[in-house]
Amino acid sequence: MNRVAFKVERDQGATAAFVAPGESPLSINELTVSYGEKPAVFAVDATVPPQSMTAIVGPNGAGKSTLLKAALGIVPRLSGQVRVYGKPLAQVMNRIAYVPQRASVDWDFPTRVIDVVLMGLYRELGLLRFLRSPHKEKALACLNRVGMADFAYRQIGQLSGGQQQRVFLARALAQSADLYLLDEPFAGVDAATEKAIIDVLKALKAEHKTLVCVHHDLSTVTQYFDRVLLINTRKIAEGPVATTFTEENLQKTYGGRLATAHIEQLKLPAA
Amino acid sequence: MGAEFVQLSLTPLLIGILAAIACALPGNFLILRRQALVGDAISHVALPGIVVAFLITGTVSTWPMLLGAAGAAVVAVVLIEGIKRIARIEPGAAMGVVFTSLFAAGVLLLEQSDTSGVHLDVEHALYGNLESLVWFSAEGWNSLVDPVALADLPPELVRMASVAFVISLLLAIFWRPLKLSTFDEGFANVIGIPTRVFSFGLVICAAVAAVAAFDAVGSIIVIAMFICPPATARLMTNRLEIQVLWSVLFAVLSAVLGYVLAGYGPMWLGGENAVSAAGMIATISGVILGIACLIAPHRKRVGTPKGL
Repeated sequence: MNRVAFKVERDQGATAAFVAPGESPLSINELTVSYGEKPAVFAVDATVPPQSMTAIVGPNGAGKSTLLKAALGIVPRLSGQVRVYGKPLAQVMNRIAYVPQRASVDWDFPTRVIDVVLMGLYRELGLLRFLRSPHKEKALACLNRVGMADFAYRQIGQLSGGQQQRVFLARALAQSADLYLLDEPFAGVDAATEKAIIDVLKALKAEHKTLVCVHHDLSTVTQYFDRVLLINTRKIAEGPVATTFTEENLQKTYGGRLATAHIEQLKLPAA
Repeated sequence: MGAEFVQLSLTPLLIGILAAIACALPGNFLILRRQALVGDAISHVALPGIVVAFLITGTVSTWPMLLGAAGAAVVAVVLIEGIKRIARIEPGAAMGVVFTSLFAAGVLLLEQSDTSGVHLDVEHALYGNLESLVWFSAEGWNSLVDPVALADLPPELVRMASVAFVISLLLAIFWRPLKLSTFDEGFANVIGIPTRVFSFGLVICAAVAAVAAFDAVGSIIVIAMFICPPATARLMTNRLEIQVLWSVLFAVLSAVLGYVLAGYGPMWLGGENAVSAAGMIATISGVILGIACLIAPHRKRVGTPKGL
C-alpha cells in the first residue's frame, strides 16, 4: 500500500512543472546554521523542483557548502527543516547521492579507485555481505561512464585532480539515487574533465534525476544549469536562470563587488 | 627450547605479541584519521587513573585499575575538548598539554602514596613487568594440555588475549563502515553510517587495548605499537586491507625480536644483565620503521594531490 503511494508520488514529481514542497525532491525551510557567533547560513528557504539542475551560487564564505551539508545532516542545523521527497531525511537517505568537495578527503588514503566506487554500494553490501562480480561490474560500469574504467585498480593518490573528481562522481552514480547533491564538482578540474562531468550530469537530468550543485564559476551558470539559488548567508533569489540570474540579483549577492565588465561577459539572460 | 622456555619465556613473549597486535590494529585507523596522538594520550593518562583507583580501593586488582584508567581517559577527553574550545588552542597542543600534565600528576600522586606493598611504581608504569609474567606451574610443552597448569596461566595473558581477540573481531565485523568513515566522513554520514559512533568506538578500542596492555607491558610499548607497526605497514602497500596485515606482522616481529634481543642481546655483546624487554620491543619497532623508510616499496608518496 505504502509502496504504491510512494510510486505515484514519484511519478507526479517527475512530470509536474511547479510543485508543492511535499513533492519536491529537496525542500528547505528556514534553515539556519552557525559555527560560532555569526550564522553561516541564515533562514534560507529553497524548493527544488523535480528533474531540475540547480546551481547554488554566492561569494566565498557565503555558506553554499554549509547549506548543502546542513541539508544532508552532515553539519548540525540550528533551526529549520529539510524534506526530501516530502519525507524527513532519515527515511529517504537511499534516494540521495552526494559528491563532497574533492579536497575534503585525504587522497593518500591506502585504497584503489574501484574500492572508492564500491563505497557507493555500501547500502547493498552492508556489513558482511561478500563482494560479488555483479557489484564489481556495476562499479566498473559507473567508472566507465565517467571515462575512468582504465584506472580502476590504481591507487587513488596516483590520479590528477580532475580524475579524482570523476571517481567521486562515479561513486555517486553507484548509489543509484534520484537526487544528486554535488559540492563544487568543477573546482580545479581540467577542461576535459569539466566536459566529461557536465555530460554525465546532463544525462542524469535526462533520466529524470534532480541535481543540485554548489557552483563557483559564474561564467558557466547559464550554460550548465536551468535554475539558480543565489545566497550570501541569506537567500538572495531563487528560480529559473532566465529570470533569476540577473545583474541586479548578482550585485545583491556579491555586495556590489562585481565589475561591470565581468558581468557583461556572463551572457546574462535578457532581463 | 624446553621446559625452561615454556616456564620463563613463553607467556611474556605471548603477552608482548598480543599487546602489540591489540594496539597496532586500532593504530592503523588512528594514524589515517590523524589521531595518532590519541593512543599516546590514553596510555599516559592511564597512570593517574590507576593510582587514584589504587588509593580508593587499596588493591591492584584488574577491575578497579581498568575503571580508574577509563575514568581518567574520560577526564582527559573532557579537558582536551574544554581547552580547545575555551582557550582556542590547536588540538595537538591541547592533547599534549593534558596528557603530560595528567601523567606528571600521576607520578606525584604515586610518590606521595604508600605503594611499597604492591607492584605499582613509575618504572612499572613506563615499561611494565613483562619479564615477571612467568608461568610458574609449567613444566614443559606438555603443560599446554594440562588443565591444572593452564589454570595457573598469568591473568595478564588471558586478559590480553581476550582484548586482542575482541578488537580483531570488531574490526572484521565493522571493517566496511570503519574504512568508509575514516576515508570520507561526510559521505559516510549521507549513506547512513553513524560516523560518530565509529570514531568514538575506535577511541574506546584504543583505550581498552592501551589499558589492558599498560598493566602488563607499560606505556612505552603501547605508544610505540599504536604508531610504529601501522606507519611501517603504510610504506609497504597502497591498500588498507593489506596494510593491516603488514601491521600485525610488524607488531609480532617487533615483539619477538625485541623480547629475544632484550634477553640475550647483552649477553652476546659480552654484557651480563638482560635489558628491559618492553624498552627493546619499542626500540625494535622504531628501527623497523627506520629501515622501511629507506627501502620499503611505497615510501615515496605518489599522491600529493595535484592542484591543491
